[in-house]
Amino acid sequence: MSWLMISVLIAGAYGFKVLGVFGLAGHRTGRVAGRMAELTALIPAALFAALIVVQTLGSDQSISIDARLGGLLVSVVAVSRRAPFVVVVVAAMAATATLRVVAG
Amino acid sequence: MALTSHRSEGFVLAVAVGIVGITFGVLADAAGLSLAKVVAMSALVFTGASQFAAVSVIDGGGSGAAAVGSAMLLAARNALYGPVVARGMPRSTAGRLLGAHFVIDETTAMSSVQDTSDDAGDAFWWTGLWLWSFWAVGSVGGSLIGSVLGEPETWGLDAAFPAAFVALIVPHLRSSPGRFAALGGAGLAIVAIPLTPAGVPLLVAATAVVPVSILATRATANGTKP
Repeated sequence: MSWLMISVLIAGAYGFKVLGVFGLAGHRTGRVAGRMAELTALIPAALFAALIVVQTLGSDQSISIDARLGGLLVSVVAVSRRAPFVVVVVAAMAATATLRVVAG
Repeated sequence: MALTSHRSEGFVLAVAVGIVGITFGVLADAAGLSLAKVVAMSALVFTGASQFAAVSVIDGGGSGAAAVGSAMLLAARNALYGPVVARGMPRSTAGRLLGAHFVIDETTAMSSVQDTSDDAGDAFWWTGLWLWSFWAVGSVGGSLIGSVLGEPETWGLDAAFPAAFVALIVPHLRSSPGRFAALGGAGLAIVAIPLTPAGVPLLVAATAVVPVSILATRATANGTKP
């Protein structure tokens, strides 16, 4: 990853934040603003779900069922039992590492 | 909420985020990023999902454009947090320019649950500064121990990121459109993984929000609950 790309990421990420604090905070009405807000509000749900899928099942350009899926299931159980964030993350890591040892 | 309560909650949240930061450092190291680049990303990009997306696309052999595209799509939501945290923001332009850097999922979540504007501002700044510190320290630690740890897979570190997002996605699943967007995004990603280069499945998944949003608007217009 080049410094140019990192600079673009820095500028882009900060640009969105500034847009929200200075732009959207003062202009929340209008049809276009309303439609954009609806679309962007759903993006975390769609992208987080896709990230979970890609990081759990993706292996280059193929689907792979492996120890990561066990970790994911443990994290879902932990979250459903309202476990603290740290516990969710560490439990999933431990489950995945253990499954790899067991599977040899 | 008491002053000390939200400050300590922000601290606990930051410690957990620091662990995820270690994972980011290890993955960034594995993707070939130097320590300076890791520090620049965590201190200055400072929006975790985008950083993970960019690094994982690069690590998966994806193009720079796909990496930046996925990262920017994930960063876009921070713009929507501006109105939410506005009540706790300083009035001065310089103060808001600085505050804008800390507008992310966690600071918005901590700020939005406070009763007063003063508490909202206090929670925003304390959570933001703790997160920023732990995220940076965790990333540096991960980058440094990356080579000692060997394969992050041995320690299950590759499971930390999806697990963190399982926790972070929960608030977005409270509405029906949110649940449909998540299902659509996951489904499109599964279909796109074998068919497209690394990074592109995320861009494809994002398109799920368009039909969901249109259907939700129609359902509302028809008087039914979306």
